[in-house]
Amino acid sequence: MNSTVIGNISRFVLLMAAQILVFNKMELFGYTAFPYILYILLFPVNGNKAVLLITAFFLGLTQDIFLNTSGPHAAACVCLAYFRPAFFRFSFGISYEYQTIRINDRLTPERFSFILISVVTHHLILYLLELLRFSLIIGTLIRTVATTAFTLILCITIIYLIKPGKQ
Amino acid sequence: MQQIFNFIFKNSILLLFLLLLGISLSLVFQSHYYHRSRAVTSANAISGYTYEKINDVEQYFSLKEQNDKLATENATLKQLLYNSQDTIDIPIIQKPQGLDNFTVIQSKVISNSYNNYENYLTINSGTNDGVKPDMGVVSSLGVVGIIENTSKNYATVISILNLKFKLDAKIKDSNHFGTLKWDAKNTGYAQLTEVPRLASVKKGDTIVTGGRSVIFPENIPIGKIENIFRDTKTNYYTLSVRLFNDMTNLDHVYIIENKDLQEIRDLEARTGDE
Repeated sequence: MNSTVIGNISRFVLLMAAQILVFNKMELFGYTAFPYILYILLFPVNGNKAVLLITAFFLGLTQDIFLNTSGPHAAACVCLAYFRPAFFRFSFGISYEYQTIRINDRLTPERFSFILISVVTHHLILYLLELLRFSLIIGTLIRTVATTAFTLILCITIIYLIKPGKQ
Repeated sequence: MQQIFNFIFKNSILLLFLLLLGISLSLVFQSHYYHRSRAVTSANAISGYTYEKINDVEQYFSLKEQNDKLATENATLKQLLYNSQDTIDIPIIQKPQGLDNFTVIQSKVISNSYNNYENYLTINSGTNDGVKPDMGVVSSLGVVGIIENTSKNYATVISILNLKFKLDAKIKDSNHFGTLKWDAKNTGYAQLTEVPRLASVKKGDTIVTGGRSVIFPENIPIGKIENIFRDTKTNYYTLSVRLFNDMTNLDHVYIIENKDLQEIRDLEARTGDE
């Protein structure tokens, strides 16, 4: 067990606990945010992809169990985990694997675009599945936009809060 | 054969992704078609325990309010009791034992959602307390929902604020029936649809559960008529009903068991087959 594995596990547990205990109960204008997807964003860039996929699935499933929604969070998390390398390439350029990318650092346009595109993808899939089931188009669109904005703000705030101090 | 293995090794991540996506999508659509047997619910030991612990802390914030509610309910019941003493002269009809239809189980809401399209409550009694799917849940003010899934100690309830929720209801004074649904717009209101145009409806009339429902006893209050819409195509009224319950703030609830439910269901199933 090296420190990366322990870091990943503790991030999983802490983010899930924060999501269940705090963020699921917190609402702004009737919309909740899902900053638990930070686990997928903060997973090490060169980490094992299979591990990321499987843990992302269980991350989403846990959220589904607690929210009584069956499946959409798991599907959205798995998709986000699978497309993450593509988003890295989009935001940081083609040679991202050779750079040392740190997501939890000062907010640059690259980092912001990466977080934005990830959050939008996750929420779009989440609400697309909702749309397929309920076909309430306008309500779903408003919810997607509002929740995306709320999650984005919370994600950036959390990154700023837990970012390691400068030596 | 070699090529198949090569293909699998090369695309292992993609295959894993497709497998996990397939599982989650099948969960989504399975719950759509067979909604009485959802695989993913919060009625299990782990999430139930977590919610119960959270509720242990949260309940102190609304303790006074909940006490007031219970005291008010007690006063109403006392009033019923004292006022019925005049009828002591009327001979009481002794029913044979086992003919009481409804039993009531007391329970407590430990988790409540109200800002999705499909909202569920989690309550802290399960099969150990005799709770089974399809029992009705009411609070002291009115209808709350219907039990969907149960585990040993916990159960999930389909709240009125759920697009899947459907209940037979009627207008108290005129006995005209309709179907109660929710249009996912406001947590304070539900809609009574398919009320015939013959019915005389006016704002402020009380809506109660109807006699055709096998889950709830008749005449449990639901809400008051707030607005009346006339459907031009179908000759039906749609009534906007203000719920008596504040669905965002629920604590003590009662679960109603209809002992004849199984018998009625069996009979209906057999009639449908023929």
